[in-house]
Amino acid sequence: MRPGVATVGAVHATALLLGLAGLAGTLWQGVAEPGNALAFGTLVALGELARWGAHPGEREPAPLAAAGALAYALLGNAAGTATTHGVLQILAVTVAGGLAGIVPHIARGRGPDRDHLARRILTVAFAALCFQPLYNSGAVAGHLDPGLPYALFLLLVLVLTGLCDAVLAALLLHARTAYPYGPLLRDELRALLGIGSAVCATGVVMALGVAAAGLWALPVLAVPLLLTQVSFRRYTAVRTVNRQTIASLARATEIAGCTPPGHARRVADLSAAVGRELGLGGADLTVLEYAALMHDIGQLSLVDPVAGGATALLPAEEQRRIALLGGEVVRMTGVPAAVALVVERQADPYREQPVPARIVRAVNAYDDLAGEGAATALEALERLRLGTARDYHPEVVACLARVLARGGRPGMTSVPTG
Amino acid sequence: MTVVKPLPRTARAYIVCAALGAGACALPALLPPSPTPWATAGLLAALYALCELPARCRLLGRALGGSVPLGTGSFFPVLLAAALLLPPAAAALTALPGGLLARVGEPPVHWRRAWRAAATALAAWTAAHTAGALHAPAALDGPDFPRALLPALAAALVFCLILTALDGGIRATAEGLPLRTAWRGLLGRALAPHLVHGLAGLMMGVLWRSPYGPAAALLVLLPMYVSCWVFAQYHRERAAHQATIRALVQAVDIKDSYTRGHSERVGRASVLIARELGMADDRLDVVRFAGILHDVGKLGVPTRVLRKDGPLTPEERRIIELHPEYGHEMVRGIGFLGEARDAVLHHHERIDGSGYPYGLRGEQIPECARVVAVADAFDAMTSTRSYSRARPVATALAELERCAGSQFDPRMVGALARALDRYGWQTAVTADEPGTQVPAPRAPGPGAAGTTGPAETAEPAKTGEPA
Repeated sequence: MRPGVATVGAVHATALLLGLAGLAGTLWQGVAEPGNALAFGTLVALGELARWGAHPGEREPAPLAAAGALAYALLGNAAGTATTHGVLQILAVTVAGGLAGIVPHIARGRGPDRDHLARRILTVAFAALCFQPLYNSGAVAGHLDPGLPYALFLLLVLVLTGLCDAVLAALLLHARTAYPYGPLLRDELRALLGIGSAVCATGVVMALGVAAAGLWALPVLAVPLLLTQVSFRRYTAVRTVNRQTIASLARATEIAGCTPPGHARRVADLSAAVGRELGLGGADLTVLEYAALMHDIGQLSLVDPVAGGATALLPAEEQRRIALLGGEVVRMTGVPAAVALVVERQADPYREQPVPARIVRAVNAYDDLAGEGAATALEALERLRLGTARDYHPEVVACLARVLARGGRPGMTSVPTG
Repeated sequence: MTVVKPLPRTARAYIVCAALGAGACALPALLPPSPTPWATAGLLAALYALCELPARCRLLGRALGGSVPLGTGSFFPVLLAAALLLPPAAAALTALPGGLLARVGEPPVHWRRAWRAAATALAAWTAAHTAGALHAPAALDGPDFPRALLPALAAALVFCLILTALDGGIRATAEGLPLRTAWRGLLGRALAPHLVHGLAGLMMGVLWRSPYGPAAALLVLLPMYVSCWVFAQYHRERAAHQATIRALVQAVDIKDSYTRGHSERVGRASVLIARELGMADDRLDVVRFAGILHDVGKLGVPTRVLRKDGPLTPEERRIIELHPEYGHEMVRGIGFLGEARDAVLHHHERIDGSGYPYGLRGEQIPECARVVAVADAFDAMTSTRSYSRARPVATALAELERCAGSQFDPRMVGALARALDRYGWQTAVTADEPGTQVPAPRAPGPGAAGTTGPAETAEPAKTGEPA
């Protein structure tokens, strides 16, 4: 059994146990302030319903549900009266609301990501554990002024919760993909500044707004967050479309018979995996992926296609010329300028190359040489190792070998920094 | 869409009037017997100015032109909170520093800034009057929150009405549009964002007055700020996507430099036809992409065949006739293209069933493909190719009408004729850089000229473009 499976299983089991404990404890003790529980539960359910039409790459497909659950975890006062609900009830409301909102999605055969649900339950539990015991024991009211310091305290709890969520998300990804933990955590923390900050801010404001104005504050505050969600969704959509268009452009070389079918996609996936292994993240990965997709585009400018499309077997001068032609085409697309640079430099000796170009060069050569079959794959790797004096970066080749040894699982493509 | 340079005198007068009006509204706040709560007003004004500084890029300029939904990326909740919390004169004053500090993208910068500040100040003043008439300040303090909802929404509505009315006015005076055209669509686009801002402003007001104070109110703005940021990202990515599409087309040009600008023009002609047929706006976009990408499959045709000097052998012709299928194979993965993908596949079908690749006839051919077929033939005839000089538009139309019913759908031909009557036609394409215009007329290639019908748009043999 791979070590990652145990981690993922442990996280899921903890979340499941917490959820069940919440439901059981609440059934046992009865519901404190059922009005609040119902209102927040409904908010979570509606937030989950708004997951409708989410794109696969979205960071937080149900921000309203997350904000609602966090606000309930931080709720200490509703319209001027102190609340008494505990951690277990918060978990119960989160789980019940979440389930109610998810049922229609499951009925349509599009159940949500389990990792995502587990993270939601664990982060809400974390926030509730940080806040409710202190509040219900009177420690918060005893030490903090009910004005600004109280608001800042809530904000601090939510920042910690956000960090906890990032750690957890990176842990799950690490367990599933075996990519290095550091860069994954960095990506998650960066993503926290996007929709994560909006969710946290809305969570705090909902808790405070309900304290100041009662439950009416919930629908009013939900609207701006929904607007944010729509903005993010449109952004993700156009990003997806752009990626598809770039992939189409990359496929042009295959249709023109310049490269074997699927070559661009294979090189892009394998490059992304090697890039992750090398610790690249965020924008670097996007550059790498686009460059890998379009690395052969220069062949379109040739009057006669290269035999078999395998540029790795051409003389170095010719390879460089095709690379420069490719760079010209890439500059016309809307991708970052770094991508064109990588495409142009893909045939240079590795010492003169930027890191993504080293990866593209090695992976492209591997795909050109390997063809099909395990034996040729090993031979191809061997030839790359022989070329590490000048052409291929030794560490990149080592990473490639590690990724291939793991089964060469398709690399996780870069995620929008949202 | 933006105010043209130089600013007409009427527009200047209009801006001066608005600025004087804004000054008159804000002045009472500064005069001695004023009840201005300076702490609140100062904080809100500083907050608004601070918010506008990072958001100043492009968004404001666009908002002035009205090409983007007003306020999707701006910080009107602060002004609406001011309208709820402050007396009218102080609310107008709150809007001024932010409006004056916000940088605008295009010249004339000073006029635009003055306009922005004056318009928002007037709108804030009116919104504050509305809120005051509906007893908003009292409702904010009171325990029953729903009572504050009505004044907040009313204030947002009035704010939006005033702003769009003023914006329509500046468009009318600066661009010389009739008022009705200037106002068309402005309110519809602006209303929903403003109501959202009204709700956010209300929450800001409530929290501002609550024991948690202004810091908590500030947090209401964070989702708005993130929205604004994502919105800018969205525009950047969208521009990148359009560049990618253009790169696809230019990649065809690398192989087949005769057709430069052809794709863009076919896209334009396709939209002319589609608009004449009354297609909806989002479908127009699809039709435009269908026109732009119709020949993308030529990327799959060997360059040697595309650039061949002299008549084509039947084998080479067969290879070229594969390009719709190649194109379809390429754009298959681009989800948003929708029916444009069918247009790429079927743009060489003929109504009488003698076209390729499938020999569909009549209504079997997707509508989009019939549009593109006409646009393609029209542009092929009116631009200069190796095998023929450009023909005048009238001749080309006559030729299309001759072939309507056998080769083309008569509905599309008729629509094109009507659209050309109305809008005219230029061969130059704005997207082309100077120097990449259609090549100068050449002598007809041997054995190719005259034998081809209008539908043989690009396939016939070409004279030697140096490879």
